[in-house]
Formats: sequence, structure tokens, C-alpha cells
Amino acid sequence: MGSRASTLLREEEIEEIKKETGFSHSQITRLYSRFTSLDKGENGTLGREDFQRIPELAINPLGDRIINAFFPEGEDQVNFRGFMRTLAHFRPIEDNEKNKDHTASEPLNSRSNKLLFAFRLYDLDRDDKISRDELLQVLRMMVGVNISDEQLGSIADRTIQEADQNGDNSISFNEFIKVLEKVDVEQKMSIRFLH
Amino acid sequence: MSDIFYFCRQGVESIMDDEVTKRFSAEELESWNLLTRSNYNFQHISLRLTVLWGLGVVIRYGFLLPLRVTLAFTGVGLLVVLTSIIGFLPNGRMKNFLSEQVHLMCYRICVRALTAIITYHDSENKPKNGGICVANHTSPIDVIILASDGCYAMVGQIHGGLMGVIQKSMVKACPHIWFERSEVKDRHLVAKRLSDHVEDKTKLPILIFPEGTCINNTSVMMFKKGSFEIGSTVYPVAIKYDPRFGDAFWNSSQFGMVNYLLRMMSSWAIVCSVWYLPPMTREEGEDAVQFANRVKAAIARQGGLVDLLWDGGLKRGKVKDTFKEEQQKLYSKMLVGTQEDRSRS
Repeated sequence: MGSRASTLLREEEIEEIKKETGFSHSQITRLYSRFTSLDKGENGTLGREDFQRIPELAINPLGDRIINAFFPEGEDQVNFRGFMRTLAHFRPIEDNEKNKDHTASEPLNSRSNKLLFAFRLYDLDRDDKISRDELLQVLRMMVGVNISDEQLGSIADRTIQEADQNGDNSISFNEFIKVLEKVDVEQKMSIRFLH
Repeated sequence: MSDIFYFCRQGVESIMDDEVTKRFSAEELESWNLLTRSNYNFQHISLRLTVLWGLGVVIRYGFLLPLRVTLAFTGVGLLVVLTSIIGFLPNGRMKNFLSEQVHLMCYRICVRALTAIITYHDSENKPKNGGICVANHTSPIDVIILASDGCYAMVGQIHGGLMGVIQKSMVKACPHIWFERSEVKDRHLVAKRLSDHVEDKTKLPILIFPEGTCINNTSVMMFKKGSFEIGSTVYPVAIKYDPRFGDAFWNSSQFGMVNYLLRMMSSWAIVCSVWYLPPMTREEGEDAVQFANRVKAAIARQGGLVDLLWDGGLKRGKVKDTFKEEQQKLYSKMLVGTQEDRSRS
């Protein structure tokens, strides 16, 4: 006698989200309960504090950057559509999608969109380039106080050397894609649902 | 460059579902038990279901609730009156005997008031004098459930109002440990009072809930080490409620005490199982934290609960930065390792 249906999310909205993100009906309702349980203020949107309340996220060194990725430029609240849109990047790529022609727009969870998400985590000022400083900043977040400035600097320099092709001492999105050619991005940036 | 993927995925996974935040709200049920409160997405499914639910409401509020409230008042009233009377008797075996009888009787009335159906397992392991009883904490009702089967000395803060009256009269009949709010902050004082109590073998075993806060009975969270430092025998007890008849979890940020009690009394019943586990003592070379974790694992195993290392205090407070620093340290080691490999090759 399962009566777990979503009342506050209308059928049309679920259909729209399904088309846009590719999640199934049950996944959307599940994530909607999650969204509402995080939304302590009960106003239909999540602010940064709502994310920071998750302890496992708070201890993640890149927690703040990930939280930032949910909020569009300059805004402080994200609604359910926005929430789903960002989460859609992590949907696993199904086999039947791999062979489809890319007609109108690319699905949100395509390889290049996943890479774009990761690129944006590095590219703090959103100028479509990862400068040496930006790389250093993110590396510093991940290692904390355990590595000295010089050592971290040399790691950053070496990484840029390996990736940079046009010699502008920063990594553009295309160079980023090239460096990660051999990496199984689809698998590393996908979250399998347990239901 | 690709290392970022690891943290990224972990972060988003924890956004989708994490182990900790869901412990602080009531458990979700597989199928509905005809209480609106446990059905989060209430929707009109069928006429028959609504009729059944309506009937349920009538029975619960019209019949069961008044009965239970009367019993509750009787139980509490008797407790206050009788313990005060016993307080006038001189200290001695007679007093202890009477006080035990009175306490047991009143708690049993309160148990009936909640229609709590309790199954006690392994009563041969029941806590003895001079020991400390530890249990997982789901609601204040845990106290009533345990105390109706044996006599304990309670530990807690002195409250004002009705609770305060009850506490003051209880302490006249037999020694409980009530703290002033200011004293709770002084851990040494607390520890001293507790150890004085356990050394006196005529005094009753102390009842403590080391989690420090109410958890929703699907898991056991970190045990605070204070009670495990004292060094006497620890008697673990596991309490597991059956959520199909009524959810006993007290979400103190959502409901106040009176609201909570009303909800308890208007559920179908409170069904729970209590397991008395064999006593444990701290072993050589084990410090208080390890001992606490050992006891916690035993309780979790018996009750079928998830054993978590997270602190129950996360319900209200933020997580400490030390955890983040640990993650950072691990990654640094990895990063330096791979860099050295690269420079060598």
C-alpha cells in the first residue's frame, strides 16, 4: 500500500525535468524529497547554508567550490530545477545514448558537459582559462597546510607545462579536454543510483 | 588534473544522500500505517483508504487518547505523592524497598498510559548495583521503558516546572543525580559525582545515554566518552522500536515535549524490544574512546542499527574542521607520492 507520491511537484514539471535532465520519474521524486528535506526554511529554494549543513560535504576539501557550482552567476538561492540541472551532470551515460546523433542540444550528462563542470571548478573567475593562480588556489584547497608553497608551485607549474599547448601559460577548455583524453571521465563523474 | 574528479563526485554524492542528516528526522516507512504523520506525501489514493484512516482517527483520538491521558496523570501524580511520603522515612532497607516498589508501580502505570508493549530479552544480564547502564537514545520515553523493569538512578539536568517537581520528589525517595545547569559544564565535577555514586555498592545502577541527544532509532551515533572513563562495569542495553505502530523519535527542533507526548499517546501503540547485553569492562590498554566504540558496536549489532562514527551533536552544531584537515592530509600524501614518481621517470 505504498502511497509515496509527490504532491507539491506537478506532473508537468516532472515531465519537463525528465526531458531536460534525463532522470527517471522515480529518481526525480526521490531527489525532490531530498531537496525538501535539505530546505529547512521551506521556501522552495536552497541557500548555501543548507548545503553546508551536510557534514560529509562540509569536510570535503572542495565542498565550497561544489556548492558554488549549483548557484548561477551572482545568485544566492537555487530552486529545484536548478538543483536537478546541476545534478544531471552526474547521471551515468547509458549505452543507448552513446550512439545517438547529437541533433539539437547535447544532453547534460555528456562527456564534454561533465568535463565542463570540472573545468568550472578550477576556473574561479569564469574567464574560460585556468590560470596558474587558479590552479594553485584549488590545489591549496585540496592539500590544506600539508605541502609547502614552493612544492605546490612546482606541481602547478609542471601541470601547466604538460597541458599548455599554445604557450599562454594557462589552460583553456580545449587543452583541458586534451589532457584528460585517456581518463575515463564518464565513469569517474557518474553516480549510480541505488534504486 | 583529474584528481579533482574524486572529490567532486564524493561531494555530489553526499548532496544526493548522506548518512548523517537523515538520522535526525523520523524514519520513512515502506508501507503506510494509517497515521498521517508518517506519510510525508499525503495524497488521496482511494475512498476506502480514506475511510479506514478516518475510522482510525476516531478510535485513536476519541477512545485511546482520553484513556491514556488519565492514566498518565494518575501515574505521575502517584509518583510525586508517594515518593514525597517515602522521603519522610528514615534511611534504611525499608525505605529502599518501598521506594523501589513505588517507582516500579508508577512507571508501569506510565507504560500503560503510552500503551507500550515491551519485550525484554536476556533479563539475566540486568544491571546490578554499582554499575552503569548505557543505552541508545531515541526519546525520553526510553527512561520510562527501562525504569519499569528495574530501578535505576537517573542522571540529568534539573528542569523547572512540572519536570522539576517530579525530579525533586524522586530524589527524596532514592538518590538520583540531578545537576544544576551550571554544573553540567564542569566535566570533572560530573565525573566525580558519578564515580562516588558507583563506588557505593548499595546505590542503584546509573542510567546514562551516551549519545547525548535523540537519534531516530535507525542508527547509533558516537558515544561521548565521559561515562566510560569512570571505570566500573558497563551494562549495555539496546532499545529498538517497531516503527509500524508509532514512531517514538523525538525531533526536539520540531515538537515540544507536550506536543510529542500527545503524539505518542495518539499513535496505535509503542512496540519495542529491549535487549540486556552481557556486562563489559574496560580492558588493559584500551582507552575510553575505544571502549565506548566497542560498547556502541555491541549495541548496534544487537538492535540491528547502523553503527556510525559521527557525533550526534551535528544535529545542531557544525562539523569540526579537523575532519577536513584529515582528508587534505591524505590527498597531499597521494599527490606528493605521484609527483615523486613522475619526476623519477
